[in-house]
Amino acid sequence: MKKSKKGNGIIAMSFIIAIMLTALPLPDWAVNWRPDWVAVVLIYWCMAVPDRIGIFIAWFLGLLLDVQQGNILGQNALSMTLIAFLTINSYQRMRAYPLLQQAVLVCFYLLLYKLVMLLILVYLGLNKSDWTYWMPAITSMLLWPWLFIILRDVRRKHRIS
Amino acid sequence: MFQRTSSTNIRFVVFALVSVFLIAVDPHQSHLKFLRTLLTTLVYPIQYVVNIPIEITEWGSTTLVTHSTLLKENERLKQERLLLSRKLQRYIVLETENRRLRKLLESSFKINDKVLVAELIGVELQTFRKQVVINKGLREGAYEGQPIVGSTGIMGQIIHVGPFSSTVLLITDPNHALPVQINRNGLRAIAVGTGNNNKLLLEHLPNTADILVGDLIITSGLARRFPSGYPVGKIKKIAYIPGEAFAKVTIEPSAQLSQLREVLMVWPNEKADEINKYLDDLTTKFRQ
Repeated sequence: MKKSKKGNGIIAMSFIIAIMLTALPLPDWAVNWRPDWVAVVLIYWCMAVPDRIGIFIAWFLGLLLDVQQGNILGQNALSMTLIAFLTINSYQRMRAYPLLQQAVLVCFYLLLYKLVMLLILVYLGLNKSDWTYWMPAITSMLLWPWLFIILRDVRRKHRIS
Repeated sequence: MFQRTSSTNIRFVVFALVSVFLIAVDPHQSHLKFLRTLLTTLVYPIQYVVNIPIEITEWGSTTLVTHSTLLKENERLKQERLLLSRKLQRYIVLETENRRLRKLLESSFKINDKVLVAELIGVELQTFRKQVVINKGLREGAYEGQPIVGSTGIMGQIIHVGPFSSTVLLITDPNHALPVQINRNGLRAIAVGTGNNNKLLLEHLPNTADILVGDLIITSGLARRFPSGYPVGKIKKIAYIPGEAFAKVTIEPSAQLSQLREVLMVWPNEKADEINKYLDDLTTKFRQ
């Protein structure tokens, strides 16, 4: 099983754009609705090319996100690792699902991701969030079909597999 | 197939444990500082790019203004300068007097700390905490715990330093506490953030304490982190709750925490030579 290096740049670029979208300032009313861009893009690549995007990359992305957001180190890293683990273990099933069902599964994974983060915040005594904390999972779910189609087209165009 | 699944499982367990270790160690010890600094360097280009559109609009709004607006602004600034220099004259006289009196009392007096202007970088951090990123870091000599001041009051302190940028924890963050005193009578208290940008709470002030709505709150400098004598805010509301030993005192911060673009980094124990020289010059002028 030979790992192809083709498309590494494209995948890295998609993650960089995802981090930028996470850092982009939004008006106050929209802040709580911002999708978890990095997590969603990670789910896509874990599903599409599970041989190449694995636990380590998820962990590293989580660390970067922690530093970018000024969190305790490891908070996003742990949750991202969990997301990658879940997706890699279910990628065959996910690929067979229709888009809407995929979106629901993505929402479920993201809720777990947010739950882990919340538990960490509670453990650290930093939890000051309210119900809007869970909104990104919903917006990410709504976003999934579009993101899936865009990333699939990009993947096919650059023959990443 | 089976092999890959099992290696994924092992990796998951390993990296999950590493993350748990990081979470357990990071809040309490500084061993991970180098890791954070390293990662900050990686993240900085991304934050820089995100900030570019904001820089461009800012540049546009300053370059593409009309002649009349500029004239008006110039007029206003001149007036402001006149008013401020009048105030400064009185301030200098008071300061020299204060210095002389303190010398009589043989206590040291420090004012005019070294400062440096920094700009905010427009990136979003965790939404329910109050943090901002500024564009000065290790290169400029920023350090962890350094106080950050706006034009009208204390803003916060630096919590992480990277090579080119630093993260600032604002005084309104729910996890921030600031030792303060009431300017009118020197009563000491702790101002705690609420997560709300224009609200701080004064903790543990007894119902009988001598406080009034409108009292100016300044830093007391007791924790040795913030310099003393910088304005924090004004008392906005005092609520006495029957049966409670402490009053609920709300402060409105004087720094406009959600609007600032430029902030001052303060080195409390280093004197600013230029400002001091300027002040001394003025003082000698007055004496003559």
